[in-house]
Amino acid sequence: MVRYMLKRLASLCISLAVASLVIFTVIEIAPGDPASFMLGINAQPETLAALRTELGLDASKVERYLSWVGGLLTGDFGISYTYRTPVAGMIAARMWVSLPLAFYALLLSTLIAFPAGVFAAARRGKVGDMGVMGATQLGVAVPNFWFAMMLVLVFSINLRWFAAGGFVGWDKGFWAGVHALTLPAIALALPQAAILARVMRSSLLDVLGEDYMRTARAKGLTTRQTLWRHGLRNALIPVLTIIGLQFSFLLAGSIIIEQVFYLPGLGRLVFQAISARDLIVVESVVMLLVFSVIIVNFLVDLAYAAVDPRLRSRA
Amino acid sequence: MTLLSITNLSLAIHSFSILRNITLSVASGEIVAVTGESGSGKSMTALAAMQLLPTGAQAKGHVMLGDRDLLKLPEKDLCGIRGNEIGMVFQEPMTALNPVQTIGQQVAETIRVHHPSVSRQAAHAKAIATLERVGLPVDQFPLSRFPHELSGGQRQRVVIAMAIALRPRLLIADEPTTALDVTTQAQILDLLKRLAKDDNMGLLMITHDLAVVADMADSIYVMRKGEVVEQGQTGALLRNRRHPYTQMLFEASGHKVNLPPAPASSQSLLDVRHVCRDYALPRKALFSKPGAFRAVDDVSFSIRRGERLGLVGESGCGKSTLTRAILGLEQVQRGSITLDGEPVFSQKQPNLSVRRKMQVVFQDPFGSFNPRHRVDRLITEPFHLSSDPPKGADRVNAISQSLAAVGLSPSDATKYIHEFSGGQRQRLAIARALITRPDLILFDEAVSALDVSVRAQILDLLADLCKTYDLTYLFISHDLSVVRTVTDRVLVMKSGKIVEQGATETVFQAPKHPYTRKLLAAAPLLPTLERHVQ
Repeated sequence: MVRYMLKRLASLCISLAVASLVIFTVIEIAPGDPASFMLGINAQPETLAALRTELGLDASKVERYLSWVGGLLTGDFGISYTYRTPVAGMIAARMWVSLPLAFYALLLSTLIAFPAGVFAAARRGKVGDMGVMGATQLGVAVPNFWFAMMLVLVFSINLRWFAAGGFVGWDKGFWAGVHALTLPAIALALPQAAILARVMRSSLLDVLGEDYMRTARAKGLTTRQTLWRHGLRNALIPVLTIIGLQFSFLLAGSIIIEQVFYLPGLGRLVFQAISARDLIVVESVVMLLVFSVIIVNFLVDLAYAAVDPRLRSRA
Repeated sequence: MTLLSITNLSLAIHSFSILRNITLSVASGEIVAVTGESGSGKSMTALAAMQLLPTGAQAKGHVMLGDRDLLKLPEKDLCGIRGNEIGMVFQEPMTALNPVQTIGQQVAETIRVHHPSVSRQAAHAKAIATLERVGLPVDQFPLSRFPHELSGGQRQRVVIAMAIALRPRLLIADEPTTALDVTTQAQILDLLKRLAKDDNMGLLMITHDLAVVADMADSIYVMRKGEVVEQGQTGALLRNRRHPYTQMLFEASGHKVNLPPAPASSQSLLDVRHVCRDYALPRKALFSKPGAFRAVDDVSFSIRRGERLGLVGESGCGKSTLTRAILGLEQVQRGSITLDGEPVFSQKQPNLSVRRKMQVVFQDPFGSFNPRHRVDRLITEPFHLSSDPPKGADRVNAISQSLAAVGLSPSDATKYIHEFSGGQRQRLAIARALITRPDLILFDEAVSALDVSVRAQILDLLADLCKTYDLTYLFISHDLSVVRTVTDRVLVMKSGKIVEQGATETVFQAPKHPYTRKLLAAAPLLPTLERHVQ
């Protein structure tokens, strides 16, 4: 198990190094000099040169890459070209919204999907199964911003249980923050839960047909006992894969929901930065997202090994 | 005392009749065998006794365990009986165990599910004792082992331990040794026999192989198409064979073909010289040199033109690796393989001009055809290797000839593969191999997945083809009786090495190597064959 973890950890470090190189190169290739962008076309060459020195753009490419990576490692992400404030601070503030939102949505999605998938699989072909599958079909088909608008309509405008948008900040207390993120989290979670429930169901159905499920029945276990004791853990591998993918999506892909609920999240930050050619912000956020995806994959790998002993010994 | 008595059991799945009026009984300490070919309903009979029937199954009649009719008991009571009063062992030990639980957990579960009050420690102690009984002592096989860390035979022992942990009165074994090697099979059969005797347990054995039960069962039921066609005490049944189907089964399991004598030729066709095939093992540390597993170890032999050579050995001995190397599918690490003097693998790639002179027939008649292609396309596939494939009328002729040679009709060319039975598919596989008139054909367990009666027909076909085409082939099989009848010479392989080779009859009658003797002794034989061998 330790060997397996070390191996995964080594591959994580290599992935990160490669990713940073690719991101840096791509941003370098992208046309446009940030300094001339900031000063406009009528800028004096001396001013431009001064700004380039100030931004560190006149150093060699290798030096700039190393100083960028060094900065990333020490938490210094550079200064935003447009806002003239440290990028690290900007991202950190947004992370405090996006990260909890992603976790919240993932938690909701898992809490909805697991029981729904198990319920449907246990009642394959019956009314309960068809009901759940119909609902998930709807969940996959309907875009999340429509859910978002409906939630606002019902819970904010009619029932007045939640605010229609904005984020109060965590300094108002944990529960106030959770309260403010609830509607966006539900809107994000519903389509993900629908996908996850379908995966859970089909994976469980595959497992239910396995020989060892029949062996378990021959031991005297009831159908329910076989499902919970032998089925669930074996069905988990594909489900974990999907959960990993969903987390990455929820972290960066919630931009529409952030717009609907007017949340100061990462998605909106990237959107604004791209519009303003604030490349250093884009670079840092992309690197951060890559980092989080790689970390999540690492965690999913560990979860695989926890679930399946065959993976532990193969390493 | 009668333990299980099935009377007039009929079973239908979605109104499709599976079993008709089955009557069968098992007494304490008695070993009862149910035999028959695939589709005879023997496994369904076993599942009916366990009441583990597939959904949609409707059973009529009586399945009496003591004075209770299992067909009338509610599911809750049945759960109390399964594993407690009736244990069951299945065919496929590789998949019968939950891969994510330790063997200790799985054996202890049988105990804990029926006796929730038993403490975890007590259940574990009992699991240890049970595993010890089935030949898995705890010092070599700790409870913390996972199924993937055990061999097939060891897994089957774990399945048996799960079934007998609570000392049930009846044990049902559904083809318990079919997936195992002969030597392992003999051990598992001995174990089942011993357990039945020690616990005075009734044992209901389901098997397709008459030879397996011939010297162990007290009585035999022969089933065919959902009905019992003949039953009786083992000795009497095997002697008398009243029903024609029993006679046919009996004849087919020990079927001898009329193989024409090999043409006298000294010309060597295939030459395998000092071949070694290594597989890299995973690295032990990040920068250490990876180790290697030698699957084929210094193997040398040759096949003369017109010769029929057999290759026998147990699973993992390197048979399949050797086959792949001969076909030029993989590069060997040492030695040379030449066909007609040309290497099968040269300059890091297979030599296609050599490969087109060889064809192969695989084991699985279901998996070895693309279901979306018609027969004419399937059997002409080997022409892809040829630089000048026949076209138009020549192609149609080649197809018709090939199909006719294997006993099928030219009109079958437009059908799809699902329209054929297992035996017919294997005929098609042979037709596909014959169509290019190859110099050498490799049969890789080509009859192992077939019922005995179909197997006998395919073997006869092979003998006929030898008469017509002077075939040269390498027949790879774990089944000794089959190899004996269709080959002139035989190689015995163990752990990557050829341990014995010689004329087939000589090797079978006077085996020199201890391993060959062990294999022959372990192979179950029908009574008449037994006399023959002695």
